[in-house]
This record gives sequence, structure tokens and C-alpha cells, in this order.
Amino acid sequence: MYVAVKGGERAIENAHAWLAEERRGNMDVAELSIAQIREQLSLAVNRVMAEGSLYDPDLAALAIKQARGDLIEAIFLIRAYRTTLPRFGASEPVDTRIMACDRRISATFKDLPGGQVLGPTFDYTHRLLDFKLAADGEVSKAPSRDAETGTVPHVTEFLNREGLIEEAPHDDTPPPDLTREPLEMPADRALRLQALTRADEGFTLGLAYSTQRGYGRNHAFVGELRIGSVPVEMDIPELGFAVEIGEVILTECETVNQFTGSKTEPPQFTRGYGLVFGQTERKAISMALVDRALRWEELGEDNVGAPAQDAEFVLYHADNIQATGFLEHIKLPHYVDFQSELELVRKLRREAGAQQVQEAAE
Amino acid sequence: MKETVSENNPRKAWMGLLAKAPEGRVAALFDAEISRPAFTWLRAPEIGSAMVRARAGATGAPFNLGEMTITRCALTLETGEVGHSYIQGRRKADAEVAALVDALMQTPMASRMREAVLEPLEAGMATMKAARAAKAAATKVDFFTMTRGED
Repeated sequence: MYVAVKGGERAIENAHAWLAEERRGNMDVAELSIAQIREQLSLAVNRVMAEGSLYDPDLAALAIKQARGDLIEAIFLIRAYRTTLPRFGASEPVDTRIMACDRRISATFKDLPGGQVLGPTFDYTHRLLDFKLAADGEVSKAPSRDAETGTVPHVTEFLNREGLIEEAPHDDTPPPDLTREPLEMPADRALRLQALTRADEGFTLGLAYSTQRGYGRNHAFVGELRIGSVPVEMDIPELGFAVEIGEVILTECETVNQFTGSKTEPPQFTRGYGLVFGQTERKAISMALVDRALRWEELGEDNVGAPAQDAEFVLYHADNIQATGFLEHIKLPHYVDFQSELELVRKLRREAGAQQVQEAAE
Repeated sequence: MKETVSENNPRKAWMGLLAKAPEGRVAALFDAEISRPAFTWLRAPEIGSAMVRARAGATGAPFNLGEMTITRCALTLETGEVGHSYIQGRRKADAEVAALVDALMQTPMASRMREAVLEPLEAGMATMKAARAAKAAATKVDFFTMTRGED
């Protein structure tokens, strides 16, 4: 419990004024523009959009500037802003088969239709600091090559033809929405995926890693990872048809998991799914691994008690805004609570002391 | 899905194009061609969000992925045509000009709008897309086999 305390207004005002000054930093150094953050810190912008659960690169860049680069604080700002927006509707489910891929790789098939396209990746870089970036911003132009046109089929479609992988059959059940209804257990897969796609990257990564190390191991391969833009279409009631309302960059990861069969399912490959706003590869792979771990029940697997299999544990602790809100509130004044705790400890010590005296006397 | 294929629904195609246009681009093309006609608002530009949905495993049951910002408006020309716009981002000025184009596309001005606004807009966006696709293609791996067993 915390109580309203009066006083401190001036201190708070002055603290905020100093915050603004510290945010700006040394005035001899040029100020960052929103466009600079959007263009040059784009992976930070992507993370803020994904976990803030609002696709708008300029807003995410503004939030990063305001938060002095504290991404969780920036996500908090985006979540707060999002609640002020009227929602005009929900889109048709995006079709990732028609994604204009910047990157598309498979760890399971070398030669696949559409090929292995690396895209602008950190993979195969040597992770050595590049001091040229500290000197000037000149970059050479990236090479081009004639591109094939047409859609790039999903890797799982090839395995489907042999019946070796579980299907994801078409379904049009309206999904639950945790931004409208509180998250409650048991959570179906649609709700779990919504929670995971906006979940904290670090938490999701840690859980995914735990499954690889043996806590609910599910033998994941990255069947496919693709990054690119997809159009978003929404039904417009006043027009009577759906129109494209924009396009979003997404990262999609489909894992192919070894599965020896269970009481209800034949031996086949099973799937985990990750789909996240922006170029957010680590998060999308993590999401797919955790999604697959959480599917133990519907696949008739054993619950081995691994953290990543525990939907309640995962979903109730994955949201960094909920977590930080509760965690950080303990630094706010708890004077009254603490007074009563102090009284309690004093009382216990008095009682313990009295008992010792009595025992000594006996 | 209630699919109205864009080829059969030109309005769907141009509205989609206007929704994805780079900031200020439609206004620049429009204003270079004609002066803005008089209109009245049916719905003044309004910023909001759309919940973007996706499917589990790309093809399965839908789930809520997250929201995106959009701006919409609706207006009526003096000649009675109603223009709508739903565009990406927080761009009230762009929403206004997009709705004007939508309305004028229903008038005898349509072919002029198509030539002056839609075609250059589409060409510009296609060029940007093609440039990106060409860079991606340059990062495609060409495997060559060093040694192989059987054959």
C-alpha cells in the first residue's frame, strides 16, 4: 500500500527539469532528430513497435528520444499513447505468403524455391568494432541483381505435400484480444501468440534458450525465417469492401520440430510460429520456440514441468510493462506499510528477547 | 474471405495505393496538376488505429498481432461525389488529399487524376520496391558443390 503524501512538488518539478537537460546532454553536440533515430537506430525502433504493440516508426523514434534510449520506458510511452487512439477496426489476417522478402532463409533445406536470401543481416559479420563508423558516414552502394518476381512459397508447404508435418488448417474463429479482455487461463493459442508477439525480447529469449538446453526440449530447426513487407487490408463498412490501409514489415519464423508421436498424434514434424512487427529476428525465433513449448497439451506431450511449458508462468511474466510497473512501484513511498513492518519486527524481537530471558531464568 | 480482386475493383486498387503513398507525395502530384476543388467534410480527418491480424502458422486460426496507426476522413464534392480515405500513419493532410483523389476518380476528372497522380505514384512506389528486391536478390546464395558422393 502507498498513501498520498503532500509536499515534494518543487523537488519533482526540478527533477523533471534536470531530466530534460540530461536528456539533451552536452549542448555542443548536435541534437538527434526523430528521423535520425527512425533511419539509423531502426532495430531499436522495431523493438519498441513490437513490444509497444503499435506499428508507427515515427512514434517509436519519438518515444526512444524521450526515454533517453531506455527501450522499456519507450515501450511504456507507446503503450500509453496507444490507449488514447480510437480503434477503427481489425484487419483481414495478413498473408505472409505474399511478403516482399528482404531476407528469407531456411536451416532445413538448402535448395528451395525462391532460394536462400540473406538480406541485410549481422550474420557472418566478425563482430569487430568498426571504427570507420566513428569517422564518417560514407557507405558504398549495395549491389543489385535482377530479382525474380512472384510469391515465395513457405517451406512448410513442401513438407505438407508429403504429409510429414502437421497442418495449420484454415480457420476463421474471431481471436480473443488481451488489450480488451484481461488475459485469463487457460489461454488458447491465438491469445498466447498475441501475448508472445508483444512480450519482452529478453524474457522470451531466455525461455526459448531454456528449451534448447533441455527444459522441455523440443528439437527445433528454423524451417524458415523471412523478413519483409506485407500489405494490410481492412474491411471498410461504408464502402462494403476491404482496402489496403498500409503495409508493415514483419519477421516470421516457422520452426520444424522433431516429434515422435503421442497418444493423439502420429510421428511427424510439428510447428512453432513466431511473427513480430519489424526486423526482429531474435524475438521471432524465440517466440516460435516458446509457442511450440506451450503447445505440449494439444499435441498430447508430457508436461515435464519446464518453465517454458507453463502457460501461466510464461504469459503472466512476459509483458515488460506489467512487470516493470509492479517492480518499480516498490520504490514509491511505502512509509505507512514500512512503519507497520517496523512495528512488527520490533514486537517480534521484544517477544523473542522476553522468551530468552525466561529460558535463561529456568 | 470476401475477396474483391483489385483488377475487378479499381477503386480498391487506387485506395490501396493512396494508403501506402510516401508522406506528402500525393499532395505534391495533385497540386502540380489542378487547384483543389471545394468540398464539405462528412468526417474530418481523424487519427486512430487498426488491429492487425495474422494467422498461426501463416495459414491457421487468426490472432491479434498488434495495432498500426491510420488516418481516415470522408468528404463530399460540390457535385455530390463522396471521397473516402483510410491511410497508414498519422497524416491528416495526406488523408484529405487522398479522399479528394478518391472523389475526383468518380468524376469526369478521373483520367486526368489517373495520369497526373495515380500513375506516377504507382511508378515511383514500384521503382522503390524493385530497388529493394534487387538488393535482396544480390544477397541470394549461389551454392556450388565441392565434392559429392554417389553421382
